[in-house]
Amino acid sequence: MLNLFASLGAWGMASLTRLGRAHLLLFPLVRGLLDILRRPRLLVDQLFSVGVLTILIIAVAGLFVGMVLGLQGYNVLSRFGGETALGFMVAASLVRELGPVLTALLFAGRAGSALTAEIGLMKATEQLSGLEMMAVNPEHRVLAPRFFAGLISVPLLAAIFSCLGVLGGWMVGGGLLGVDQAAFWNGMQEGIDFHDDVINGVIKSVVFGFVCTWIAVFQGYDCVPTSEGVSRATTRTVVHSSLAVLGLDFVLTALMFG
Amino acid sequence: MDKKRQIEIWVGVFMAIGFAALFLLAMQISNLGTAYSGDTFRVVARFDNIGGLKVKAPVTIAGVEVGRVQAIRYDPDDFRAVVEMGIQAQYLGKIPDDSFAKILTAGLLGEQYVGIDPGGSEDALKDGSEIALTQSALVLEEVVGQFIFGKGQEGAGK
Repeated sequence: MLNLFASLGAWGMASLTRLGRAHLLLFPLVRGLLDILRRPRLLVDQLFSVGVLTILIIAVAGLFVGMVLGLQGYNVLSRFGGETALGFMVAASLVRELGPVLTALLFAGRAGSALTAEIGLMKATEQLSGLEMMAVNPEHRVLAPRFFAGLISVPLLAAIFSCLGVLGGWMVGGGLLGVDQAAFWNGMQEGIDFHDDVINGVIKSVVFGFVCTWIAVFQGYDCVPTSEGVSRATTRTVVHSSLAVLGLDFVLTALMFG
Repeated sequence: MDKKRQIEIWVGVFMAIGFAALFLLAMQISNLGTAYSGDTFRVVARFDNIGGLKVKAPVTIAGVEVGRVQAIRYDPDDFRAVVEMGIQAQYLGKIPDDSFAKILTAGLLGEQYVGIDPGGSEDALKDGSEIALTQSALVLEEVVGQFIFGKGQEGAGK
């Protein structure tokens, strides 16, 4: 019985200290901005591997999500003779919810896991200790550029996702199902408010980008430096990021649209 | 071309596409591109009942949008709703001051908007002037109620 409580207590304290380490990591990450300003190349290289290489999956996913929204929306709306609201429906669901959320989930799977594995392996092969031996702070030099690359990439990727989604919805709705083009675009522009919908969607994706890359970078830096430890950290990155994104999305939606 | 330069180019392309997508979201998909942001002049109208009229609803003449509703408030002194409209400055001095403002509905279940029927006066609406002739929004329950009441009266008269 006592053992049970002891293990519960140990688990609770371990979780709490890990949370504390994760928050303490934020200071050197922000301090690393100085290193990035001095050597912009660090950030550019990471923007390539974190952002550019994620474009393809984001673009394809956005296009297909938009096409599915167009089809399903048309099926429901045509029952009420409201096909003209299709453009508004597709754009609103993409800009407000699906764009930021699905981009963040895909980003966590495509780029977040890679970040964790890369940093974890650097730790396991003692490259990070090597940097410290050369008086280079790995938190500033290795972690910060990756963190800021993710923070910059996710909002841009979410915008690409939403745009291509609208394009997909328009291809299916306007091209395949014959919804009136003018009604599609006018309904969209009438219904979507720049401040309420677009800006709030961008704020969401900035928050998701922050959380996803923060988790990825921390898990890699904090992993047990063995092959098993790296694999566990990579799994944790994807699971924690996804749950954090979905949970935060509810909170943000309640704050913004509630 | 060396690898460094290629990476730089790709990152530049990525940033450009991303910002272009943001710009498209703002201008094409939201109402920022269509919203009239130039100079407007203010016209006020008082309605007995505005129904479901909302701020930013269009103001039209002959079906063409000439402005937007800017503010709606309730005046407790004469128990009426005060609707402030911003009309595009190019129409200043071109709308007769005995024009008639109505609250209409686009389609059966559509949004409500303000329609202005031009009058025949020589004088025109100025900044801050009030449209005296108004017609309230059609509230479905009241219409149905009147219809039933009318039927009842008919029955009693026989």
